[in-house]
Amino acid sequence: MVVISDMLVQLGQMTLVLLLAPLLTGVVRKIKARLLRRKGPSVFQPYRDLLRLLRKEVVLAENASWLFRVTPYVTFAAIWVAAALVPTFATGLQFSWSADLIAIVALLGSARFFLALAGMDVGTSFGGIGSSREVMIAALAEPAMMLMVFCVALIAGSTQLSTVATFMASSQVGLRVSLGMAMIALIMVALAENARIPVDNPATHLELTMVHEAMILEYSGRHLAMIEFGAFLKLLLYISLIICVFFPWQITIVGAAPLSYVVSVGAYLFKLALAGFLLALFETATAKMRVFRVPEFLGAALMLGLLGTLLRFVSESF
Amino acid sequence: MIPGVDQQVWCVAALLGTTLLAIAANRSNKSTTVVYGATLVISLIAFARALSFLVAHAEATEMVLPIGLPWLGSHFRLDALAAFFLAVVNLGGAAASLYGLGYGSHESAPHRVLPFFPAFLAGMNLVVLADDAFTFLLCWEFMSLASWALVMAHHREADNARAGYVYLVMASFGTLALLLAFGLLSGAGVGYGFAAIRSAPHAPSEAALVLALMLLGAGSKAGLVPLHVWLPLAHPAAPSHVSALMSGVMTKVAIYGFIRVVFDLLGPPGWSAGIVVLVLGGATAVMGILYALMENDIKRLLAYSTIENVGVIFASLGLALAFQANGLGLAAALAFTAALFHVLNHSFFKSLLFFGAGAVLTSTGERDMEKLGGLIHRMPLTSFAFLVGCVAISALPPFNGFVSEWLVFQAVLRSPDLPQWGLKIMVPAVGALLALAAALAAACFVKAFGVTFLGRARSPVAAAAGEVDRCSLAAMYGLAALCFLAGILPGLVIDGLAPVAQAIIGHRMPVQANDPWLSIVPIAESRSSYNGLLVFVFITAAASLAVYFIHRFASRAIRRGPAWGCGFADPTPAAQYSGASFAQPIRRVFGTLIFQAREHVDMPSPGDPRPARLTVDMHDLVWERLYTPLTKAVWFFADRLNQLQFLTIRRYLSLVFATLVTLLLVLAIWS
Amino acid sequence: MPNLAFDIAHLLAGGLVLISFMMLYQDRLYALLNIFALHALVLALSVAWQAYVQNAPHLYVTAVIALVFKAIIIPVALHRIIKQLGIHRDIETAVGIGPTMLAGMGLVALSMVLMLRVTGAADPLAREDLAFALSVVLLGLLVMVTRRNAVSQVVGFMSLENGLVLAATGAKGMPLVVEISVAFSILIAFIVIGVFLFRIRERFDTVDIGALDEFRGERR
Repeated sequence: MVVISDMLVQLGQMTLVLLLAPLLTGVVRKIKARLLRRKGPSVFQPYRDLLRLLRKEVVLAENASWLFRVTPYVTFAAIWVAAALVPTFATGLQFSWSADLIAIVALLGSARFFLALAGMDVGTSFGGIGSSREVMIAALAEPAMMLMVFCVALIAGSTQLSTVATFMASSQVGLRVSLGMAMIALIMVALAENARIPVDNPATHLELTMVHEAMILEYSGRHLAMIEFGAFLKLLLYISLIICVFFPWQITIVGAAPLSYVVSVGAYLFKLALAGFLLALFETATAKMRVFRVPEFLGAALMLGLLGTLLRFVSESF
Repeated sequence: MIPGVDQQVWCVAALLGTTLLAIAANRSNKSTTVVYGATLVISLIAFARALSFLVAHAEATEMVLPIGLPWLGSHFRLDALAAFFLAVVNLGGAAASLYGLGYGSHESAPHRVLPFFPAFLAGMNLVVLADDAFTFLLCWEFMSLASWALVMAHHREADNARAGYVYLVMASFGTLALLLAFGLLSGAGVGYGFAAIRSAPHAPSEAALVLALMLLGAGSKAGLVPLHVWLPLAHPAAPSHVSALMSGVMTKVAIYGFIRVVFDLLGPPGWSAGIVVLVLGGATAVMGILYALMENDIKRLLAYSTIENVGVIFASLGLALAFQANGLGLAAALAFTAALFHVLNHSFFKSLLFFGAGAVLTSTGERDMEKLGGLIHRMPLTSFAFLVGCVAISALPPFNGFVSEWLVFQAVLRSPDLPQWGLKIMVPAVGALLALAAALAAACFVKAFGVTFLGRARSPVAAAAGEVDRCSLAAMYGLAALCFLAGILPGLVIDGLAPVAQAIIGHRMPVQANDPWLSIVPIAESRSSYNGLLVFVFITAAASLAVYFIHRFASRAIRRGPAWGCGFADPTPAAQYSGASFAQPIRRVFGTLIFQAREHVDMPSPGDPRPARLTVDMHDLVWERLYTPLTKAVWFFADRLNQLQFLTIRRYLSLVFATLVTLLLVLAIWS
Repeated sequence: MPNLAFDIAHLLAGGLVLISFMMLYQDRLYALLNIFALHALVLALSVAWQAYVQNAPHLYVTAVIALVFKAIIIPVALHRIIKQLGIHRDIETAVGIGPTMLAGMGLVALSMVLMLRVTGAADPLAREDLAFALSVVLLGLLVMVTRRNAVSQVVGFMSLENGLVLAATGAKGMPLVVEISVAFSILIAFIVIGVFLFRIRERFDTVDIGALDEFRGERR
């Protein structure tokens, strides 16, 4: 019985993230536009964009290799698998034990690895500049992420996201300044990983300032659709991760009544919308920083993670 | 037939026999095939025996040969630790032999390689088998010299001569440190046999000194910073299959020496030893990979990346020491198993990558990445195998590199259990260093693969490259398959390592074979678990699903066109991102501090037809701050002593007389 | 919940350390002053919480002193000084931000290890407060060492003093007399430094203390 419900939750989760991801990006774009006093496209525009891209033909560069054509699917699949393993509305995921938080981060790393390679495949300078900056940002974000994981694992005693969410949803957590620090660190890392302002600008097409967009400049048609979809999913994944680790209220714990699933899906949607609003607000209020300010930004995230860990040790020693 | 030490010794004897054969059949045409064929067969047999020893959980066996010191003989012993490292050595040896069957035919001077190759393999086998201090040191030196001879195979190139020189000096220094370490261990009537050393008590001060000497001796062989300087010089100088052996296997023999002495013979030293090894490992990992990122010679890049991996292994061993000193047996077993797993993984993918680099070298004659590019079109099979190696070494799931890194992080996460504050704080910091090293490794191998195999050819040789022979490809694909298998079935490897951890640490990780779906669970399932197989299946299924849907319901049309160049038609391949420019962001972030990198821009004024120039100044601080002063001091004293050669006879006599009187004086004061 | 007292004290003291780090990260003068005001505010809250927990009313006075002087008067005064003097609003750092933060981390780790080991027998709240207080003091010193600008050195000095107050309140309060004298000494120090600022400025036309070195014939 539990197996069946877990399986259903798992499948539901996989479809839910797939369906919601473009909507989230659409909402963020819409709110940003409204904040700038623009009307902005409909929140369903990302779906239309994807469909349009899928119908278009692919223009491949002359010396693009098989790697270039395989990469969109590999990155999409890796991100989708990772997104399917982060508990969104219920902890009872059938396969949540197949990868813990570290493995999920590494899965996203695999996706980025192939994308960076694809950026270098065509042999133009744009792809190269995008790839080299992307790996630089990733190299700095990863230790910060690890320390964040460490801090959370110290408090929850696990890197298994289901266990973490269950623990955090219980009342035994208390007030923890370390948790706050870990959360800020995770938000900073999430901004960097999703190529959001202030690290990168998802809307720019000015060659010298872009990172992620430069890397995928040569993609078109269905390949671009896959990559865009992957990016939407990744944003959803990181927001779900923040929600799951730090605000898992109303998440359904294994073995609850069917009705609670409805409540928790609602709560999840609400939290998602709130996070999208905050993201849009933040992006409107800040400016993009120079590429070489990014190390300081991510260094601060690293310090927050380390400080959180240290403070946790102190309060734990009593 | 029970696997025992005698069979391994027979294999070594066969390898030495092959050496003799190679010397005898010096100039024959067939000698390449015969020698590599023989080493392939022997290595496979030795590997199979070592593996069956591990799987059967067999008892340790010993034997004494009446050679070596007359009153001592040579002791050999096969236990779980030795069997594991024998498996690593011989698997690497077999792969290198298979590769050599093809690669060796391009060798310009086979008579400089063939006799030493089996000797080198034999030397590594013997070090692992040795069971007394004298035999160990002798075999260690034999291994060093054989590998030195292989480094000097192409001795007419100026760089190689320097590499050989530096290697010789560092190897002698390492052996000296080992000699002193064993002298301390077996001093005061303990005896040279490992059994006697193991059972004798060791004072804390002595243990600390032995640990320091082992870090110098084994560390210089393995490539711990700052003793790593010879490695990026010597490893690339040898023929590629030997580079693979030196990087993938010989560094592991050095790690074996460290484990054997520090964990086994010395007994667990205090937790402060753990912290030293841990911090050295973490620093080595980050420094090694930063050096690798700055490198544009593909074989040197691989050699530097070896330093990173050795750092990871040492950090993990340091964790094991720290846990063991505090009686946390299970955590120590976890860290120790992670270290051994990484030893195995690194021997797989580093050999594979060196084979790939060798294949590129054979088909283009270039090691400089800035002159390569676009090889994915010309050498599709090699490039695929190389890609597998790159993904594996970058610690990305579902390949094997990720599993061992994941285990190391799981061990790091156990650090709150440690009572000492210094360790509690250092372990997460080193964990962050390891994460940084892993992310930088991914960056480094994006660069290695991207610049070498992707893009457009940067030189005519790269444009005209062709695929390599079948034997080389077979070796590469064999290793790639092993990388994949160890990645999706890690539970089998962990269970295989259990007897080693049991023998050395006294504990083992929980049995993994019974876990559902072949996942691995280091401590408890509620804490953490990972399943490479499922992750792989999921990714494949999701990707196939996406491909199916798109090709079924969306457009399938493809048009080829020129790449977008901002309006410029057909830019030259030189306009691509090169290796140096790829590393530029990371050089800006870390280089100013670590390499004292400075950029100078020479921008001509408008109207001046001179080209603009960007030059980057980089300094290897380890070399400049440590080795250059050291060499200068040695030269200074050598110059002073040199004057002794030009004295009159009377002065010589007075020198002798003064020495005699001084000695007598010392004696008088002493007693 | 019995642990709530401890949790909130932990939160506030940890927040103080975090704000000290924000000072290290900041490279604009006005932002630095705002952060300093925040620092003083959190200190005031922390002291007030201690007063509540320890039931020591005189600590409320300390909290009010911290709030009025350090969170309001001094930042406002420094704002005006900066405006009057027309000081360049970028802070010149002597060492890059990354290494400074790393050093700061090392200092925090050091003070934790040291304080928790030395004060083994004391009450957990006091132990923790002492450990955090030492970190704040050391970070304040670090700010002073790594900044070239005199105003930011003043801020570093004041944050150091905040750390001392935190330590004093954590150790079961201290007599009000000491308290007042500390407050006065700070005020005096502030005045002295203020006067110095004007003097330096008059003489060298900058508040970069590097000018002093050059005047004395020393190179940076």
